[in-house]
Amino acid sequence: METDGQGYEDYAHQARELISEIESGNFSEADNLIDGLTKLRESALFQDLGKLTRELHDTLSNFQVDVRISELTESEIPDAKERLNHVIELTEKAANRTLNVVEETLPRTEQLDQRATQLKAQWDRFTHRDMKVEEFRGLSKEIDEFLSWTSENATRIHGGLSEVMMAQDFQDLTGQIIRRVITLVQDVEDNLVGLIRVTGQAIKPVEAPTPTAQKSVEAEGPQVPGLEKVEVVTGQDEVDDLLSSLGF
Amino acid sequence: MKILIVDDFSTMRRIIKNLLRELGFNNTQEADDGATALPMLQSIEFDFLVTDWNMPGMQGIDLLKAVRADENLSSLPVLMVTAEAKKDQIVEAAQAGVNGYIVKPFTAQTLNEKIEKIFERIEASNG
Repeated sequence: METDGQGYEDYAHQARELISEIESGNFSEADNLIDGLTKLRESALFQDLGKLTRELHDTLSNFQVDVRISELTESEIPDAKERLNHVIELTEKAANRTLNVVEETLPRTEQLDQRATQLKAQWDRFTHRDMKVEEFRGLSKEIDEFLSWTSENATRIHGGLSEVMMAQDFQDLTGQIIRRVITLVQDVEDNLVGLIRVTGQAIKPVEAPTPTAQKSVEAEGPQVPGLEKVEVVTGQDEVDDLLSSLGF
Repeated sequence: MKILIVDDFSTMRRIIKNLLRELGFNNTQEADDGATALPMLQSIEFDFLVTDWNMPGMQGIDLLKAVRADENLSSLPVLMVTAEAKKDQIVEAAQAGVNGYIVKPFTAQTLNEKIEKIFERIEASNG
């Protein structure tokens, strides 16, 4: 809006005239003066509006529509969502694998403890010569059973712990996927900063997204179901088949 | 038998180290990428290399190529244990002279089999 004194002096002059015409009863002249004041007001508005329009136009002209942004929104952000969903699946699977083993192993160790405590009491009686021969025969059989059972349990607990260890591979696999998403977020950020920092280049039409050329052997981390873009193997068997076809 | 385990994730290095220990290989060392691994390989004599592919710094495939290009290391057995599952990647590794290729996630049994197979081959070619 116009704030300089000049504009308001015009208003003041015409307003004084308007009052004097109204007081003198010259209403048609008063109407003319009101029209004049309105025009004065409108022209200031139009000037400001014109200025705003020009700024908007300049801004739009300076704004380069980055092809990269449409590529990001059209394919990479949906891909990133898939990747993160896959991370949830992998971590859930690892947690369940671990908890299953824990739930199976805890009762085993409790039983082991109970039976050992029980046998220890009997054994103590035997070492204090407080046991009849008949009873000792029974104890000896129980100890024999307990030793076999302990060995079998140790094997199972060992298996369980190996399972828990293997379940931790999720940290590597999800870590690789999350790293890719972090790179994408960084890319989006850079592009948004670029958008905000309006450059002096002319407006360009949105071109069809050009897929970023990738070297075929570039590492890209674990495959995410549904996002495989080129031929991938789905398990160790396929790796072995492929390698044997190459003479391995 | 001295084995070098190369992976950028310490959890995976621990898993491989523990699996190798189960298989009777107690003498292992670790590196977190190819750039750290290569000088170790050049300064200490290792008998076996287990490496990931996707690592910051020097990637596993480049480490493999560097090993094959180094006359002192060229015959070192190399097993890749990686999440990279594209067919052309496996072909690339095979062409670069890898001795075995395992895709993650893998089982203890797979690791055992591949290692045995690699040593059987080496013995067969030496004998």
